[in-house]
Amino acid sequence: MEPTSAAMIGAGLAAIGAGMAALGVGNVFGSFLESALRNPAAADGQQGRLFIGFAAAELLGLLSFLIAILLYLKG
Amino acid sequence: MAGETGKIDPMHQFEVQTIFDGFAIGGQQIAFTNSALWMVLTVGAIILFMWGGMARQIVPGRWQLVVEGATGFIDNLIDANIGPEGKKYAPYLFSLFMFILMANMLGMLPLGVVGVHPFTVTSHFTVTGVLAILSFSIVLIVGFFKHGFKFFGLFIPHGAPWWMIPLLFPIEIVSFLVRPFSLALRLFVAMTAGHVLMKVLSGFIIQGVNADALWVAPLVAIPSFLLMVGISALELLVAGIQAYVFALLTSLYINDAEHLH
Repeated sequence: MEPTSAAMIGAGLAAIGAGMAALGVGNVFGSFLESALRNPAAADGQQGRLFIGFAAAELLGLLSFLIAILLYLKG
Repeated sequence: MAGETGKIDPMHQFEVQTIFDGFAIGGQQIAFTNSALWMVLTVGAIILFMWGGMARQIVPGRWQLVVEGATGFIDNLIDANIGPEGKKYAPYLFSLFMFILMANMLGMLPLGVVGVHPFTVTSHFTVTGVLAILSFSIVLIVGFFKHGFKFFGLFIPHGAPWWMIPLLFPIEIVSFLVRPFSLALRLFVAMTAGHVLMKVLSGFIIQGVNADALWVAPLVAIPSFLLMVGISALELLVAGIQAYVFALLTSLYINDAEHLH
């Protein structure tokens, strides 16, 4: 296999990680909404933690996107 | 990437171009680039925004209400995450938040329609890296100045059994040292990804409208345009969230330095 096409395939595989991170981000906000509806009074106080969880989940997806872009530009 | 003619290169928007050459220090050209221009515009926008709202009326007007909302937002963030000792960091955190927010928002302006190309300052790792290093050095300086060598106690979690400490200490140090990279990378990649996505979609629209086959425009260009409107709204949301997350994480790290757990 040529190195260029291998890099392209690698970029595509790395992009799967971005989709997985989408599941994670959805899970963060979904769980927050679920529990916020159970106890709306406590929801506002937990917004900081919500965004910390969002940031952590998002970072991992962005890292895989970064790998994908690096491979794509290299190929 | 832009091999064939008429293809749109999504990376072109991130090119740093020299506007005028400036001066040289030690053989290095210090030039005024489009990145510098948009940073200056960002600072100008912040000054304009703040200056309009500093009327200090007892009954605030609309503009003052917006500015008070912004300052109150950061004030609440600091109160919730650092506590009363956090007041002295308010200027830094507020400038950080406003700079990132304004830079993200200015980069989203649809000025390409009239031929001016907005440059998203925060889509470059150099810029976000410097911001992250600033935050990280504040944490280090405050931590060592306040606690001396007790600052290393940050790396030993509370209630950990003693025989776990040799294992936990290196892990905590690595997770501490990765912080500036994760701060900078998150902002930079989020902005880059959003802008590449929008450029690719706009390429679909332009090429779809210009295509020879008549079925392409309604089938490709119009759905792409509708998607682009939604993505633009999402990008505005991301611009705000990324600025908030940067300020939030910085305040958490400063809280670590102030209180050591």
